[in-house]
Amino acid sequence: MSSQLKEVVWGPVFTNNPIGLQILGICSALAVTTQMSVALVMCVALTLVTAFSNFFISLIRNQIPSSIRIIVQMTIIASLVIVVDQILGAVAYDTSKQLTVFVGLIITNCIVMGRAEAFAMANPPVISFMDGIGNGLGYSIVLMLVATIRELIGSGSLMGVELLPLVTNGGWYVPTGLMLLPPSAFFIIGLLIWALRSWKTEQVEEADYVIGGHTALSRAA
Amino acid sequence: MFEYYLSLLLKAVFIENMALVFFLGMCTFIAISKKIETAIGLGVAVIVVQVITVPVNNLIFAYLLADGALAWAGMPDVDLSFLGYLSYIAVIAAIVQIMEMFLDKYVPSLYNALGVFLPLITVNCAILGASLFMVNRDYNFGESVVYGVGAGVGWALAIVTLAGIREKLKYSDVPDGLRGLGITFITVGLMSLGFMSFGGISL
Repeated sequence: MSSQLKEVVWGPVFTNNPIGLQILGICSALAVTTQMSVALVMCVALTLVTAFSNFFISLIRNQIPSSIRIIVQMTIIASLVIVVDQILGAVAYDTSKQLTVFVGLIITNCIVMGRAEAFAMANPPVISFMDGIGNGLGYSIVLMLVATIRELIGSGSLMGVELLPLVTNGGWYVPTGLMLLPPSAFFIIGLLIWALRSWKTEQVEEADYVIGGHTALSRAA
Repeated sequence: MFEYYLSLLLKAVFIENMALVFFLGMCTFIAISKKIETAIGLGVAVIVVQVITVPVNNLIFAYLLADGALAWAGMPDVDLSFLGYLSYIAVIAAIVQIMEMFLDKYVPSLYNALGVFLPLITVNCAILGASLFMVNRDYNFGESVVYGVGAGVGWALAIVTLAGIREKLKYSDVPDGLRGLGITFITVGLMSLGFMSFGGISL
């Protein structure tokens, strides 16, 4: 049992990462990665919602008629997101203002729906809860990595603490403004996928076309 | 007045493009952009759903959920805005379902063309995102119609453009690890960089 739990929690973090391999849940994620502190709040929120939605859906999985299961799942997830949103508004008001609509968009995050549908509908509550934690962590690790790169290069700081002294404050570092703009998030994810696939080569996709040789001789060979 | 709505529309399509600036609807955006025809089908479906859901959610927010909105029913102190997320997603799911049945009965050709994309739209972040932005920015009914059109058209424009690029891209010799998903992300990044240039336009 304990080895199964371990596999369920750590599997999605490294070997079967939801963002790196399954490409789920990037929708609402990339926009919140310009600052580590904001990204951290988003990660915690998503991990909790995934874990608890898995838990509750798994509890009533035998009572849900399959024809309306999507609506039932949606209702549970939306209610949990409302709770998270209300708590954030009460405890961390500034951060919740910075996240604007992206907390609400956890509802349509593919990771939450995907795990509810693929795991919680077929497994008992406790293990489903751990699966939610694991997938939340897998999402968090990628999000925090992207946020670290963007905040360090884009504003010379980590978690709001200035590590590279900025020119405007009498230091030497000229911040790269591009890192704070939307395109950089796409570039970083693209390069991360490249790095991941160079390491785990079995994930490389098949080519649609093979480039032929330059001479008649090499084409024949 | 007309100029105001026009600038709102252009802003929603180009400057605040749903896909390329706010990263919304990315899963479908990346997954279903290999062929131009399917991208156009999905784009049209998204436009139609946006145009209906954003104004409907606007009415629901203004007359049922907002602080004091229930004054017409004799309950001026009730604030139901915390029920927002649940109502919006229910409205979206219901409208997608109704549209599916309507198209199946009256416009079967379009229904067949859209196929599996229609139900997928329910979980597309761009749809829910547009409704949430509408509430966040306090749009009135007229503005929400225009914003719905703009958000839908912007998303459709982005996915059709990306599909066009990817159709050409499959003939090129991309490094192994970057092939497929990796190069698609970099392409989207470059497109997003291109759309940044609209950012300086003041309307």
